[in-house]
Amino acid sequence: MSREREQGMTVIVKTITRLTVGLILLYGIYILSHGHVSPGGGFAGGVIIALSFVHLMLAYGKEVALGKLPKAATFFFESMGALLFLGIALFGFTSGYFFLNFISKGEPFRLFSAGIIPLCNIAISLKVGAGLFAIFIALVLLRFESENKE
Amino acid sequence: MLELYILLIFMILGAIIAIEVKDMLSSVVAVGAVGLGLSMAFLVLKAPDLAITQLVVEILALIILIRATLKKDLPFSTSGRWLFNTLVTIGFIAVFLFAAWKCLKDIPEFGYPTMRVASTYLKEGLPKTGAANIVASIILDYRAYDTLGEATVLFTAVIGVLAIVRRIGRKKPGETVKEENE
Repeated sequence: MSREREQGMTVIVKTITRLTVGLILLYGIYILSHGHVSPGGGFAGGVIIALSFVHLMLAYGKEVALGKLPKAATFFFESMGALLFLGIALFGFTSGYFFLNFISKGEPFRLFSAGIIPLCNIAISLKVGAGLFAIFIALVLLRFESENKE
Repeated sequence: MLELYILLIFMILGAIIAIEVKDMLSSVVAVGAVGLGLSMAFLVLKAPDLAITQLVVEILALIILIRATLKKDLPFSTSGRWLFNTLVTIGFIAVFLFAAWKCLKDIPEFGYPTMRVASTYLKEGLPKTGAANIVASIILDYRAYDTLGEATVLFTAVIGVLAIVRRIGRKKPGETVKEENE
């Protein structure tokens, strides 16, 4: 029991976390994928996805959370999101100008509509979520030697 | 387009002066002139919101840079060329007042609805972009440049945090920083 307590919070928190963290992640994905038909979007969805991982790290300790999403993967996703967003913008040049909505608009109020807007939302959510989690990791992993001795 | 070229030549000249001049304060003032020219160039290119942002950032950066480059406060000169100084000051005040009067006469009356752009977005947002969420259609279609800039700002912020708290370059002689779980 004492060894488990070092690795995170109490068993109550861990149980609740195990039940809710998947739902939080799913809710973030829902928010970002429906950003063009309902309130929400890439920024909000990305923050919710990052918060699910932060939740996991707070409850279970950093080994478990970094096992799910390693540091290198976080940095990769962050850069990937930025490049993807820029790439979507540059793809507009194939038939016109920068940020041209080159995919067909589709039918409004459907999930697959609005051309490039859902793709942009996905790219932004990757960037925002991975970026926030990267900042959180960097601030958590930073330890001064003097703090360790205490 | 002629005024744009004049502004560009002015900005290039200012940048060259900023590099070549020996005095640090004069260099900072020249850089400030370049920034103000850029703000006016944005105005000429019909981007007033960008011009306002550029103006504010430029003035703030100029104040900080001047404060940083000054070794001590400038002595307030009371002797010497007081007549010339006073005349120049009064002349500049008159020019600015005249320019402000000319400009403020042309802006629409206070409270007058000037929502031409916004009403266009509201009317044509759904049929043109196909997004039912009007906010998404604005920030990711009409104003996608802004969103790209915001994403760049966030990217820069993340890189800045990672650069500050990284392992190498943070050590002082007295303390050692260790990143666990590397």
